Amino acid sequence: MRSLINFLLRIHFLLLFIFIEVFSIYLLINNNNFHKARFVNLTRQVTGNFYTKTTKLKQYLSLAEENHRLAEENNRLLNIIESTYKSDEIFFRSVNDTIFNQRYMYTSARIINNSINKKHNFLTLNKGNQQGLRPEMAVVSDGSIVGIVKGVSKNYATVISLLNLDLRISSKVKKNGYFGSLNWDGKGYQTAILNEIPLHADIQVGDTIITSGFSSIFPEGILIGFISDFEEKKGSFYEIEVKLSTDFKSLGNVNVIGNLLQIEKLELENQAVKND
Amino acid sequence: MIKLFPRYLVSFILLVFLQVFILNNIQFSGYINPYIYVLLILALPFETPKWLLLITAFTLGLTIDLFSGTAGMHSSATVFMAFLRPYILKVISPRDGYESETLPQLRYYGANWFLRYAVILILAHHLFLFFIEVLRFSDFFATFARVILSSIFTIILVLISQYFYRKDTRR
Repeated sequence: MRSLINFLLRIHFLLLFIFIEVFSIYLLINNNNFHKARFVNLTRQVTGNFYTKTTKLKQYLSLAEENHRLAEENNRLLNIIESTYKSDEIFFRSVNDTIFNQRYMYTSARIINNSINKKHNFLTLNKGNQQGLRPEMAVVSDGSIVGIVKGVSKNYATVISLLNLDLRISSKVKKNGYFGSLNWDGKGYQTAILNEIPLHADIQVGDTIITSGFSSIFPEGILIGFISDFEEKKGSFYEIEVKLSTDFKSLGNVNVIGNLLQIEKLELENQAVKND
Repeated sequence: MIKLFPRYLVSFILLVFLQVFILNNIQFSGYINPYIYVLLILALPFETPKWLLLITAFTLGLTIDLFSGTAGMHSSATVFMAFLRPYILKVISPRDGYESETLPQLRYYGANWFLRYAVILILAHHLFLFFIEVLRFSDFFATFARVILSSIFTIILVLISQYFYRKDTRR
C-alpha cells in the first residue's frame, strides 16, 4: 500500500496531466459542434472498416433467412397487386354517345381464364355482380370485339368468346353500311365468317368490318376485323372471311360495356312485336 | 515564492486581456494568430510545484477558451505545454543547474538558452493547438505553415516582453 502511494506520488505529475488533458478534450468535443462531428468521423473511420467486414460476414451467414424473408415479401406484394386489381375501378364511368343518344358505360376487367382451342370458347373475368357486371354486356379489348358476358357470380363473370359457334354478332361493312351476321366457323382463332351481305354490295379485300349497333349489346363501331377473302355463295349473298383484329391468344385486360338503355329498348321492341 | 503570487496574478490578467482583446482580433490572412498568453507558463519560477504548473496552465487556457468560445482547445494545448516544461528545462539546463532566486528569463541565462527554451515550448503549444483545431492531418502542410508563422510572431512578442521585464527590474 505504501509503495503504491509512493508510486502514485512519483507519477502524480503524469496522472494529473492525463486527467486534465482528458477533461479538456472532453470539454472540447462536447462543446464544439465541429469537433464533435470530427471526433465522430475519426472514430467512424477507425471502426468503420471493422464494422463493414463483420457486417458482410453476418449478411452471408443470414442469407437463407434473408431469402425466406424476400420470398414472403414477394408473396405479400403479389397479394397486394391482386387485391388492387379487384378493387380497381369498381364503378362504371359514363360515356355519352351523342350520335345515337345512347349511354354506354365502361369498366375494366382482367381475363383470368381463356381458351381458343374448343368449339365453344369462354373467358372468365375477375369482376362480377359486385362490381356491376350483368349478363348481356359487351366485352371489348383495345376497341375491338371480344365477346358477351353470359353469366356473373359475385366476383367473376363468364364471357362467351367470339370464338364460339353459338355467338352471332350483328356487323356491317364500315364504308357502305351493308350489314350481316358474323359468326365463327371453328377453324382458326384468327378468322370468322360474315354472312348475309348482298351481292350488289361493293366490297374489297381489306375493308373494315365493325359492329352494327343494331343489337342492344354492342355500341356501333366496335372494330371486328378486316376482310381477308370473299366468295359468292349459292343464293344472293357473299360469304366473307374476316381476319379478326382481336388477338385472342394474347388477351389480358378488357373493357366491359354496359348499355343503360338496353332494357328500355328491348321493352319497346317487344311491345312492337306484341302489337303486330 | 509566495511573494511572487500577486505579480503573476497581475501578469495573468494582463496577458489574458492582451490576448483576448487585441491579439485575437489580429489575423493576417488567416495564417498568423500569435498567442502571447503562453508567456505566463514560460515565466513561472523554476521551483513551481508540478501540479501547480498544470493547474495554472489549465486555468489560463480555460480563461482564454471562455473568451474565444472554444471550450477545451486552448486549455488542452496549454496543459500539454506545461507538462513538457519540466522535461525541457531538464534537457537544456546549463552545466551547473539553475540557481535559486532566478527566473526563467532572458537576463538570467542569456539569449541562447532562452530562445531554445521558448522556441521548443511555443512550437509544442502551437502544434498541439492548431492540430486540435482542425483535428485532421490531411491538410498537414497548410496547418504546419500556420504553426510556424504564428510561432514566429509569438516568439517575437515573447522576446519583446523580455526587454520589458529587464527594464522593470532595473528600476
